[in-house]
Amino acid sequence: MNNAVRTLRSERGWSQQHLGDLLGVSRQSVNAIETGRYDPSLPLAFRIAELFGLAIEDVFVSPSKEP
Amino acid sequence: MSMSPAQRRYTRRILLLSLLYAALLMPVVYLLSRHLVAGPLAFILGVLPALPVVGFFVAIGAYLVDEQDEYLRMLVTRQSLIATGIAMTAATVWGFLEGFELVPHALGYAWPIVWFAGLGAGGCVNKLLERRAA
Repeated sequence: MNNAVRTLRSERGWSQQHLGDLLGVSRQSVNAIETGRYDPSLPLAFRIAELFGLAIEDVFVSPSKEP
Repeated sequence: MSMSPAQRRYTRRILLLSLLYAALLMPVVYLLSRHLVAGPLAFILGVLPALPVVGFFVAIGAYLVDEQDEYLRMLVTRQSLIATGIAMTAATVWGFLEGFELVPHALGYAWPIVWFAGLGAGGCVNKLLERRAA
């Protein structure tokens, strides 16, 4: 699933490790989500969106709306 | 790479179980291979080395329950499924070949060993998939 996690993280100058610490997950998990090879569960997706102060659909692109 | 708290607990459990396995196996092999014990006590002693091996499976289950990082949990789940597929396939194929008397008899505890080797193969698959996507 495409998402804006990498962009949002970079804008804040955070490392993957720092984002992982804030979310309570590993750096490996953040990397897997950013590269789209792992789709987070709904609770984790909400935690990510809330951390960036955005709605979930502003962070994650619905597969039905992907080009 | 730093380990999650659940990974650290899992590693500690596996280490303790491995030590227990080694500590139990040697005296049991000594006593039973020389027929120094017989009857129900022999059965009890014979089961003892199996218990830490059962503990390895319990430790993996406990890890999956314990792990709070869902991505890491998914990796170990995939690794275990690959191991199970390899072990069950090997046991099935060997079982048929053995039934047709084409291969020698394999002791039952060979299959957990194949399963643990399968965990290694599953770990390699995880690494390859991670590398390919990076």
